Amino acid sequence: MESGASSAITVPTEAHSDRTDRLSPWNPFWARETELDLDSGRYVKIWQGPQHPGVTGNMALEVTLEGDVVRDCKTHIGYLHRGFEKLMERRKWIQCFPIVCRICVPEPDTNEYLFAAGVEELSGVEIPVKAAWLRALVLEMIRVASMTMGLGGQAGAYGLGIVGQWAVVHRDYMLDLFEELTGGRVYHMYILPGGVRQDLPEGFTGRMEKVLRMFENLIADIEKVMFDNAVFKARTKGSGVLPREWVEPFGVTGTTARAAGVPLDVRKDNPYLIYDQLDFEKIVGGESDIYERAFLRKEEILMSIRLIRQILKRMPGEGPVRRKLPNVLHWQVQAGETYVRAESGRGEMGYYMVSDGGEYPRRVHVRGASYTHAMALLEQMARGQSIADIAGLMVSLQTCPPEIER
Amino acid sequence: MSLKDVISPFYAWKKTLDKPYTIKNPIAEREGAERYRGFHTNDVEKCIGCGTCEEICQNEAIDMVPVQGADPQRGDSGLRPKIDYGRCCWCALCVDVCPTGSLGMSNEYKWVTPDAEEYRFIPGVDIKPWNGAEKGYKRSDEAWLLRPGLKNMPVVEPEERRQTFDEMALGYNDNLALLEANRCLECGICVEACPTHMDIPQYIKAIRENRLEDGLQILYDTNPFSESCGRICTAHCQDACAMAHNGDAIGIRWLKRYITDNTWQRRDDILHGDNRITERGKSVAIIGGGPSGLSAAYYLRQQGYTVTVYEKHDKAGGMLRYGIPEYRLPKAVLDREIETITRIGVQLKTGVAIGGDISFEQLRRENDAVYIAVGAQKGTAMPIEGMETPGVYIGVDFLDRIAAGERPDIGSRVLVVGGGNTAMDVCRSSVRLGAAEVSVLYRRTEKEMPANAEEIEEAREEGVRFDFLVSPVRISRLETGLRVECRRMKLGEPDASGRRRPVPLEGSEFTLDVDSCIMAIGQKVDSSMAHGTDVHITRWGTFEVNAETLQTNVPGIFAGGDCESGPDDAIKAIADGKKAAWFIAKYLQAEHN
Repeated sequence: MESGASSAITVPTEAHSDRTDRLSPWNPFWARETELDLDSGRYVKIWQGPQHPGVTGNMALEVTLEGDVVRDCKTHIGYLHRGFEKLMERRKWIQCFPIVCRICVPEPDTNEYLFAAGVEELSGVEIPVKAAWLRALVLEMIRVASMTMGLGGQAGAYGLGIVGQWAVVHRDYMLDLFEELTGGRVYHMYILPGGVRQDLPEGFTGRMEKVLRMFENLIADIEKVMFDNAVFKARTKGSGVLPREWVEPFGVTGTTARAAGVPLDVRKDNPYLIYDQLDFEKIVGGESDIYERAFLRKEEILMSIRLIRQILKRMPGEGPVRRKLPNVLHWQVQAGETYVRAESGRGEMGYYMVSDGGEYPRRVHVRGASYTHAMALLEQMARGQSIADIAGLMVSLQTCPPEIER
Repeated sequence: MSLKDVISPFYAWKKTLDKPYTIKNPIAEREGAERYRGFHTNDVEKCIGCGTCEEICQNEAIDMVPVQGADPQRGDSGLRPKIDYGRCCWCALCVDVCPTGSLGMSNEYKWVTPDAEEYRFIPGVDIKPWNGAEKGYKRSDEAWLLRPGLKNMPVVEPEERRQTFDEMALGYNDNLALLEANRCLECGICVEACPTHMDIPQYIKAIRENRLEDGLQILYDTNPFSESCGRICTAHCQDACAMAHNGDAIGIRWLKRYITDNTWQRRDDILHGDNRITERGKSVAIIGGGPSGLSAAYYLRQQGYTVTVYEKHDKAGGMLRYGIPEYRLPKAVLDREIETITRIGVQLKTGVAIGGDISFEQLRRENDAVYIAVGAQKGTAMPIEGMETPGVYIGVDFLDRIAAGERPDIGSRVLVVGGGNTAMDVCRSSVRLGAAEVSVLYRRTEKEMPANAEEIEEAREEGVRFDFLVSPVRISRLETGLRVECRRMKLGEPDASGRRRPVPLEGSEFTLDVDSCIMAIGQKVDSSMAHGTDVHITRWGTFEVNAETLQTNVPGIFAGGDCESGPDDAIKAIADGKKAAWFIAKYLQAEHN
């Protein structure tokens, strides 16, 4: 039967398992496709999203099913585009810092840090030592908060709503501390070019320790309810396996790469702030399935908790927390370009920034882990999955649509 | 998969016995953190309405609006920020940038109202429960995004400058000028404070962008004595400067000087390189070649009127030449600046006294309009006994003689009476004439002194001593020198000028033995040349004019500068000149039609 163009879609010819051996950037498997005959009655096409359990923000998946099995998946974004990158080209350098945090709702501080670091690199501003410690503290705090919520999302995607509730409430305790330290709950606007806004408030360390203990108890609870759960194990072990060979061509980073046995961690590979002075190891797995990625994320939370303790213990007591900038109303940043990167909860986050020597950025480009994980990679990994597992797969790939669409 | 994995998830049930995480009444129970950034607070008394918050707000959430009670006045625009909370993102850049530190944020975050319009309000003016809140985000000095420190101009060291009348301030170099220009907020509060409303933010911007030619044009749009003003202006702009509230005012005067220092050789080309003046066939006579008269001449000539300036002295410049010592304003600078004015066709007749060489009536007959700008050059003598004693001088006459090249022998102990800028010029000139001990007597305290703080400071650096709350009562002659009897004063009720009136303290008399005594207590207007005409003169000897147009009671005769207002500063005289030019032109055009 001949199929019309309108009713046909194309999918790769090879089966999922034998793609890996012939992987090459010049001969990508996703370029070789055959058509699915939608008129044959074998397939049904549905839209999943733009709301998804466990995912912050909106994006849609256009899924073609054969029975329960996904044969084709296209990702659609555009629900959240706010044009931040373009907006920044019309903002003075200092005016960008309240914008960047909005790029990612659960993890704004990484954006704040990277923007500030980029501007500092271009303009040659050096931040005080104490500011570097405070920045690292905030970055680890937000990793704990965001990854905990991520675990809740992961569980929620499989119907385990209770973990999501626990996670969100615990994130709120961390947000209380953010409020105390930074003056903001969700968007902190704390890290700005030249340093950070304020020093630690009185008694912060004690209150932090209390919250960290709550988080440790929470993780213990989550282990019992989620990781030692027969249903969760049955549905996630061996599901959504990311071949190790895909890591590089797809630009996979963070826990997703480490779960596949590729030891990538910007904090170790390219230490920034004070990470070279902290004792920690990369956490690397190997199974590369959804369970492994969730498990590693849990381990990362515990490691971040340890890092927060280390930072608070070793941070210098006194000292300035920010440097005076030139008059910010006429601040002209030296012409040049830079790429700065940091390890966010989802993987490598980077800012490519260009200055033409003027009062406004010429270009700010945000490289987030979600873009690479949740766009092209998800399309490939969804194929062959059961429709019921797509939600869980999305969360496990650290999908955060607001960060995809700056 | 083990049995444990099947049983383990039921652990979740244990949590049902836990205390709930949520709190019962979050509105009442949970206050924002100590440094939470909630709704804004604004100390409206402290706020000057400079609008820097509006400028920096990247959401355009802030509008500057006029409010009742905060009337526009020098250094205060009378506007206050109105914030749209539908746009505000609580980033507190406005707080971090605020030059006065009036803007802050409370830790209130729970306020709600059903009326969307109410989310736009003027903090501090509209009554809100958090007005004046202690808690919330307040910027620290460390967090202030602006730079408080002035880039100081290099000057000759006090020891060295005691010896010479050479100019003491050396001028900004490129780097200093750029750094200083970068401190400017471009708020424009200064423009209103300047009597001639120089476009200060724009010429500072021109420095920042290295467009000095444009900068010079901007200067000359409103002030043809920019090079002199860059040195000696009393800088009302700097008193009003928004940056002065938490740091030093921008060095506006020095930046102005920087532009002229770097462009004066090319000044005529830049200003008048290609523009031709279209003659209008009407003539204006200006009496007085001081800053006011020459300014009027410059702007009238630019509009095509034939302008003749009559100056009594041998050289033009007025008090800029005869009242200000060389170390503050070199005569060469003044000369070349006056040349810029004469080169566009202003006729300058020096050594001509109106009322003597030419009668006022003749001038009036021969010209379509007359501008009187004779200044207030007559020094005031003190109504005390012994004023005629040799060794007693009048301040302006004394400066006049020095300007003419004389170096009077004043001995080593010099007493200067007065607290204005003339007194400062006199005492500092005395130092340069070699007087070892120079003291200034002033009948009020330092706070009430009309002289610029900078002048007082520099005089101190040069070794001048100050004695406040003292007034001389009698001067008598000794064998060598003078004996000045003085009396201590105390401050009483404020007088008409708003300053507290000095009241003599009975029985506090004492004497001082000095070599000379210089009275710098004020100047008067010499309006004698208009005597016998129908031009009205006030009882203080000044010309009576319509304050708006500077026209006297006689149509076509205008008066401005010190001779209209009594002794004031150069920039006021220049402003009057510019204003008179505008109204004279208007008058002549109306007459023509």
